[in-house]
Amino acid sequence: MTLDSNAKAYWSATLRLLTIILIVWALVSYGAGIIFAPVLNNIHLGGYPLGFWFGQQGSVYTFIALIFIYAKKMGEIDRKFGVQED
Amino acid sequence: MELQTTIYLVVGASFAIYLIIAFLARAASTSEFYVAGGGVHPVTNGMATAADWMSAASFISMAGLLSSMGHGGAVFIMGWTGGYVLLAMLLAPYLRKFGKFTVPEFIGDRYYSQTARTVAVVCLLIICVVYIVGQMTGVGVTFARFLNVSSETGIYMGMAIVFAYAVFGGMKGITYTQVAQYIVLIIAYTIPAVFISFNLTGNPFPMLGLGSNLAGTDVSLLAKIDQVVTDLGFSQFTTTTAGSTLNMVFFTISLMIGTAGLPHVIIRFFTVPKVADARYSAGWTLVFIALLYTVAPAVGGMARLNLVGTFNTNVGITQSETGALTTNPAIISANADLFAPEASLLYEERPDWVKRWEKTGLLKFEDKNGDGRIQYYNGATKNPEFLAKAEAAGWKGNELTVNNDIIVLANPEIAQLPNWVIALVAAGAVAAALSTAAGLLLAISSAISHDLVKRVFKPDLSEKGELMAGRISMIAAIILAGYLGLNPPGFAAATVALAFGLAASSLFPAIMMGIFSKTITDKAAIAGMIAGMVATCFYVFAHHGIFFIRGTEYVELIGGPNSFFGLTPAAFGTVGAMVNFAVAFLVTKVTGGRVPQHVQDMVESVRVPRGAGSAIAH
Repeated sequence: MTLDSNAKAYWSATLRLLTIILIVWALVSYGAGIIFAPVLNNIHLGGYPLGFWFGQQGSVYTFIALIFIYAKKMGEIDRKFGVQED
Repeated sequence: MELQTTIYLVVGASFAIYLIIAFLARAASTSEFYVAGGGVHPVTNGMATAADWMSAASFISMAGLLSSMGHGGAVFIMGWTGGYVLLAMLLAPYLRKFGKFTVPEFIGDRYYSQTARTVAVVCLLIICVVYIVGQMTGVGVTFARFLNVSSETGIYMGMAIVFAYAVFGGMKGITYTQVAQYIVLIIAYTIPAVFISFNLTGNPFPMLGLGSNLAGTDVSLLAKIDQVVTDLGFSQFTTTTAGSTLNMVFFTISLMIGTAGLPHVIIRFFTVPKVADARYSAGWTLVFIALLYTVAPAVGGMARLNLVGTFNTNVGITQSETGALTTNPAIISANADLFAPEASLLYEERPDWVKRWEKTGLLKFEDKNGDGRIQYYNGATKNPEFLAKAEAAGWKGNELTVNNDIIVLANPEIAQLPNWVIALVAAGAVAAALSTAAGLLLAISSAISHDLVKRVFKPDLSEKGELMAGRISMIAAIILAGYLGLNPPGFAAATVALAFGLAASSLFPAIMMGIFSKTITDKAAIAGMIAGMVATCFYVFAHHGIFFIRGTEYVELIGGPNSFFGLTPAAFGTVGAMVNFAVAFLVTKVTGGRVPQHVQDMVESVRVPRGAGSAIAH
């Protein structure tokens, strides 16, 4: 791969990863925590109505997981295209 | 040992720790002053950033907000944590690769324009100054309540301590002091929560306790809260919202992108050794923030139940003979009638913590029906069924007003915890306020000394001169912050909402477009930043007065409060951001300028981790 097309491919892979993570990020917060909360509240997680749980707990845990998954996957993408730091 | 003495000892000890750390971490170069030498480990950086981020508002006010807002409080929980995902993925690693010291520097270089840099500096200064006012008043109030001094004295003391470790240590001193402050504040926050959760539900983990059954019963804690508050005319705890669904969505977005655009948080990611570390550091920051933020709903929910249960004995929350908080399973399962006359607490029999907080004026009682008992309920409801029941019971209006801010601070007293825990909570609140104030001061002083003085006015300034300018501007910022804390321009909560709205509408879009687009030109970015700022200020000032001066509100001119699709001023930052993106895009299309090749190359370079230098000027 030439330098330029490698850079382009690297950036495409980056944008793909970002899009996937942002979709999950939006679904768990705006989706489960706000828009669909009333519907989800019919399900219970222990004593927590599920919509309420997503808004106050579940979204935060998901955000943490998303960041670490992103960091790991991004590192793999860095290495795949040879742009990682030493 | 007596409570006041214990407080002096514990808080004093925490100050001594901060000052020792600052002395050991004295900054000797601009690299150390601005970015701690570029060598802070991601986990350490995470803890420091968490403390930097969690201000007096997070520590003191949030649980109180959650206790009264119920599910609606999710805007704060999600809004103030979700932004870190955006930081981790869209901003931090790229700004770290960029490698210089400040946010306006990136904007100035990417948009190849001193004007852009200056606009960014102005935005940054407004955001940080507005934000710091809230911190200094928080410091004053906390010192006043716990150290028994006037809030003015409290502010002077806060200024002195911050001066000592921020001016000498710069970013390095601040970073390591913030780690210590994090440890103090997280222990101070969780210990009362653990005890209360254990007493009410038998589960010491507050996050699990909130979802458990009340001790000795098979009644779920949340279901009980829902039932009790609706019986008393309040909205249902687990389903109530903060305005319309649209408002909740926009409010949350505002807070999330506002968080990602806050300059004092962004600069924290310039201090890690590598680009990959910036990504992980954002993750660790969120872990440490989440430790507090996932405990907060439990603190809020349980406090709500406790509050109602203290004043209405048929809720089933009582004090045991040893004075500890406990449940009364028989009453809880029986769903006793809250309207029964003997259920309302007799004023004479109110617990000690109520008496103490009455003295501060943050808790007030007014016997409207002259029966010597306290009726605490929602007198402002329009529900006719409920109002009929209240009338029938002889209730003549809500008799108790409680300021939400006392929830966290009064918690250890409500739960009858020992004096050292109360002292620790005081130290924790102070730690939260000081750590944020320090981070803000550093952002302000680096913007002035590095971006204004060195880059715009005096480019031949030596490194030593820059260091001196950094310290001087920090001193000036401390004095200004103290002055504003002593003479707050009113509406503390509204001013913080403005800070987030501005960060969301001016800086976040500009930085994001700078990294993800190679075509947005200098004029487009400047137009966008200004348009976003103006739109947001326009809507906020309409509701709260021009520059928050009372009497200059012009909300009628825009069609009444929340006239824009029902959005509250705090939710408007999202609209401001949309305006910024739209204007920048349009201006680029219409004026058709071309971004210079060397800048396009710079963007290409920023997108790739390899070749990241240590955080020293190139």
